[in-house]
Amino acid sequence: MENVFSDFDLVLKAFWLTIQLALLSGLLAMVLGTLLAAMRVGPVAVLRGVASTYVALVRNTPLLVMCIFVFVAAPNLGLFVGTPFLLKGTIAVGLYTAPFVAEAIRSGVNAVPLGQAEAARAIGMTFAQNMRHVVLPQAFRASVPPLASTLIAMTKNTSVVAVFGLMEATARMRDFVNKNSDDTIGIFIIFAIGYILLVELISLAAYGLERRWKAAR
Amino acid sequence: MTVTDDAPVGSDAPRSGGPLVELAEVQKYYGGLHVLQDIDLTVARGEVVVVIGPSGSGKSTLCRTINRLEPIDAGRILVDGMPLPQEGRALARHRADVGMVFQSFNLFAHKTILQNVTLGPIKVRGLAKGEAETRAHELLDRVGVAQQADKYPAQLSGGQQQRVAIARALAMDPKVMLFDEPTSALDPEMIKEVLDVMVDLAERGMTMIVVTHEMGFARTAANRVVFMADGRILETTDPETFFTSPESDRAKDFLGKILKH
Repeated sequence: MENVFSDFDLVLKAFWLTIQLALLSGLLAMVLGTLLAAMRVGPVAVLRGVASTYVALVRNTPLLVMCIFVFVAAPNLGLFVGTPFLLKGTIAVGLYTAPFVAEAIRSGVNAVPLGQAEAARAIGMTFAQNMRHVVLPQAFRASVPPLASTLIAMTKNTSVVAVFGLMEATARMRDFVNKNSDDTIGIFIIFAIGYILLVELISLAAYGLERRWKAAR
Repeated sequence: MTVTDDAPVGSDAPRSGGPLVELAEVQKYYGGLHVLQDIDLTVARGEVVVVIGPSGSGKSTLCRTINRLEPIDAGRILVDGMPLPQEGRALARHRADVGMVFQSFNLFAHKTILQNVTLGPIKVRGLAKGEAETRAHELLDRVGVAQQADKYPAQLSGGQQQRVAIARALAMDPKVMLFDEPTSALDPEMIKEVLDVMVDLAERGMTMIVVTHEMGFARTAANRVVFMADGRILETTDPETFFTSPESDRAKDFLGKILKH
């Protein structure tokens, strides 16, 4: 009989998968979200439209719907066939989180004084250079708190892929509960602590960045 | 202030060279408001033109049209014989040749003073980092803030920030420098240090278009004074004539108000 204490390596393994999911989806969401934010504030109307549509479409759709699309519907269309589950989970959670990241960064872009972008244009920077060297670095600083909230929500959202056969923390917890129904409280506490630790790391990192960047603003 | 003997590009140019900046029949509207009306202005190479006028007269807008931070609705603007390009890379290249100094300095808040001055030369001009830094140190030295190179803008006084902003613009080796009320956001004791840098720049032969209320600067450094009111240029004369015997009633009224104190 599996026990949450005697089989603690299973707990660690499950959380390791959760961490991988969170890191990879976070990376995808940050890159795609930054791109979407830049497109939305950019001069090209078509790209603004594409980005706005993506944000509206994905932000207003439940994560589970996105997961069903990536895991079930997309293979029917010939997409992601044979893609490893970890990658599918990453794609689903990353694509879902990107618009939230985009909007957090866009709020940061709006917080950067207009004069900063004007000064960059005045020394001959192109829009891309302006974004990369002047606007986005300052926008990131201003969007640390909302970005942290978004990444925290994303980390917890990785639990949704448990439904699709990834043995991450939530799936493992369900597995333990099914096999040891008398130990439910202990199992719950163990897994809750695991999630709390992960999420607190994000909060701490955000706090550290805010402190570090305070002087330079 | 330390003055080094390196001179900006174009310093050999005579004061009355050919036209460098030309505005012809320029019109600009903000909605129904006609903020620039029939603006004709030609600035010769090496010339220093001061634009003066009551607030809301369109003088800042005029200044900002020359590097297309404000697009115009009709008319022509030529810089060094070339019409202003539309948005895009060509416009970026054009802007690199036109230095701009803002009322609110607009130094890049997340970059050090040195990085503020080297960013354009490295990213826009493609200079090597070492080369850009050597040049930046020279310019910072010239405007008297060499000691502050590793600080952030927020750690400097307004006057120091504005001098860095001038160095940042000069680092691009511009053909012409635009100053949009460069001393209006400064405490009185800091105004002089910025004006000194500007006078030095004028003496080195830089072509300058300066929107300002500093009559002292206009008298010392300007070749011409342009007086604007209600979106029109009402007078264009030499500074002495303008300050002693202005022609238009608007100019008399304006000078009466600002010279009384």
